[in-house]
Amino acid sequence: MRLTSVLMAGLLSSLAATTAMSANFTDGVIKIGVLNDQSGTYSDLSGQGSVWAAKKAVEDYCKANKCDEKIEVVFADHQNKPDVGSSIARRWYDVDGVDVIVDVPTSSVAFAVSDITKEKNKVFLDSGAGASELTGKKCSPNFIHWTYDTWALANGTGSAIVKEGGKTWFFITADYAFGKALERDTAAAVKKLGGKVLGDVRHPFPAQDFSSFLLQAQGSGAKIIGLANAGADTINAIKQAAEFGIVQGGQNLAGLLVFLTDIHALGLKTAQGLLLTTAWYWDTSDANRAFAKEFAAANKGNYPTMVQAGVYSAVTHYLKAVHALGSDADGAKIVAKMKEMPTDDKLFGKGTIRPDGRKIHDMLLVEVKKPSESKGAWDYYKIRTKIPAAEAFRPMSEGGCPLVNKS
Amino acid sequence: MFELLGVPPQALLGQLLLGLINGAFYALLSLGLAVIFGLMNVINFTHGAQYMMGAFAAWMLLNYAGVPYWPALVLAPLIVGATGIVLERLLISRLYHLDHLYGLLLTFGLALIIEGLFRQQFGASGLPYDNPIPGGQNLGFMFLPWYRGWVVVFSFVVCMITWYVIEKTKLGSYLRAATERPDLVQAFGINVPRMITLTYGAGVALAALAGVLAAPIYTVNPTMGANLIIVVFAVVVIGGMGSIMGSIVTGFGVGVVEGLTKVFYPEASNTVIFVIMAIVLMVRPQGLFGTPR
Repeated sequence: MRLTSVLMAGLLSSLAATTAMSANFTDGVIKIGVLNDQSGTYSDLSGQGSVWAAKKAVEDYCKANKCDEKIEVVFADHQNKPDVGSSIARRWYDVDGVDVIVDVPTSSVAFAVSDITKEKNKVFLDSGAGASELTGKKCSPNFIHWTYDTWALANGTGSAIVKEGGKTWFFITADYAFGKALERDTAAAVKKLGGKVLGDVRHPFPAQDFSSFLLQAQGSGAKIIGLANAGADTINAIKQAAEFGIVQGGQNLAGLLVFLTDIHALGLKTAQGLLLTTAWYWDTSDANRAFAKEFAAANKGNYPTMVQAGVYSAVTHYLKAVHALGSDADGAKIVAKMKEMPTDDKLFGKGTIRPDGRKIHDMLLVEVKKPSESKGAWDYYKIRTKIPAAEAFRPMSEGGCPLVNKS
Repeated sequence: MFELLGVPPQALLGQLLLGLINGAFYALLSLGLAVIFGLMNVINFTHGAQYMMGAFAAWMLLNYAGVPYWPALVLAPLIVGATGIVLERLLISRLYHLDHLYGLLLTFGLALIIEGLFRQQFGASGLPYDNPIPGGQNLGFMFLPWYRGWVVVFSFVVCMITWYVIEKTKLGSYLRAATERPDLVQAFGINVPRMITLTYGAGVALAALAGVLAAPIYTVNPTMGANLIIVVFAVVVIGGMGSIMGSIVTGFGVGVVEGLTKVFYPEASNTVIFVIMAIVLMVRPQGLFGTPR
């Protein structure tokens, strides 16, 4: 019942009439399904903001190009549960005529949706999930991983910190697949550059109190405390690290998955000095700033995260490919076309998509500003370095994607 | 230096102290639950949401009215307590003649609604709240932030006052009598329904007080109470449903046990409380301090 009402609410009518149907679009409509967290932990960083971004992408695309067909955007809440996500995906593909699913934070849900998409030969463009296995062993000809992944974050933040002299590490890790993957990838990056991992502690997920783990990290004497967790866990850990004077004591924190909305929740006073890697930041170009302004006006004053910007970019490129093909019927063919065409949009600029489904663009290593440096709400990051696209993501040869080995 | 199972005694001392501080939160929250259950026979599942409302009230007072932490420590519990009184009058009071289960369902549903409303308004990722007393003291074996020290001392005092009021004063004796025989107490000219309403308000205010105390150290977000309430219920069950002293002692005790688990086997630190609960239920179903009902 909830799903249908959500679907009704999410309908977006197109700008053009459906008379001239020269192209072959299934049921005369291109239907884009935004599947993400609408009510839980990830609803701020994806949620309605991603839905808005998808609609905006359609609007901008159709302004610049002629859209003869109808394009609809629908959305649903997967509640971060793989079973809920899969049943929505099946329904969308089988009953509601959805052609492409976008966003899908929470890696476990993303794995499930990727399998179904392949089975139904549709298209899945992921912006919100992190697991790098999605373009590794689990890659699919119907899937593109758009915005970031655990390898890119671990490599960006880990390498940068070791290069700046942070050679000894201690990890505070969320005790589940994602946290362990993040720790593993970061530890590998640290060791590759001659750094050392002095220890780690696995905390239950979710955890409220981190003081005990922080004390253990303090006792290890490591220069860098890596936080291999996400969302409320990271916020709690950073907040309590400030309380226990970790940074004044000469140790530094490295947030391995931190979103703009997390910094907003922490406040600059607590978060200042934190290093993190992001795929996109609003205050980097006029086009991005304009997008952020419009986004904020429509989303209770919140600014867009990299995940939401990624949705915009992915939908734009999808529409280009579908128009170039003149059909939205064959998912694998569309994805092949998307990989063939270079990507170019106002938010992410120029980029490419690799055969394993990894979208490639520059990543940014940023430092959270001091309160005195910030000009106001959402002015949070100083750009430290740009990690060039070629170095930012895991080399294809190391991922173990079967699609690559074939060619 | 001698070591206990590979952990130096200084580190152990630090963890014990931290456990005691966490225990302060458990004690304060389970105390409110115990008061409400012990005197009203209502299993208040809205408690977690009311704890969250306390933290949000502090945030709102600061950001909308410029009221800093210290006055908020008094004001926020009063405000949230008042909402509790409204809730009791409008809804909960209609269920007293029914089974406990109905109260549980009602308060659980209310908790979900309240959390949903806050999420709708403030988003899911949370809000910042600054530490009013930053800094701390190096005790040799650990760094003790001033704020944590304040939390543990203040909670202990509040717990003791509550216990004293209910167990040792005339007002407390009225309350306890009203639980046993409301008709008789009413016959002596005491307004029992009003007393019950105020009791619920006081229990809710205790939850909100814990929320204000938590705001500077935990994330202030709509689900902060939902994560904690399950643990707190386990504390109440271990201590004995409705036992005031039981919930205080168990709250601090469970915090310490959890703290030790975080040293020896951190992965189990969320589970250990429930293991204790299961054992207590098997050996002594009425709880450590409870009396069989």
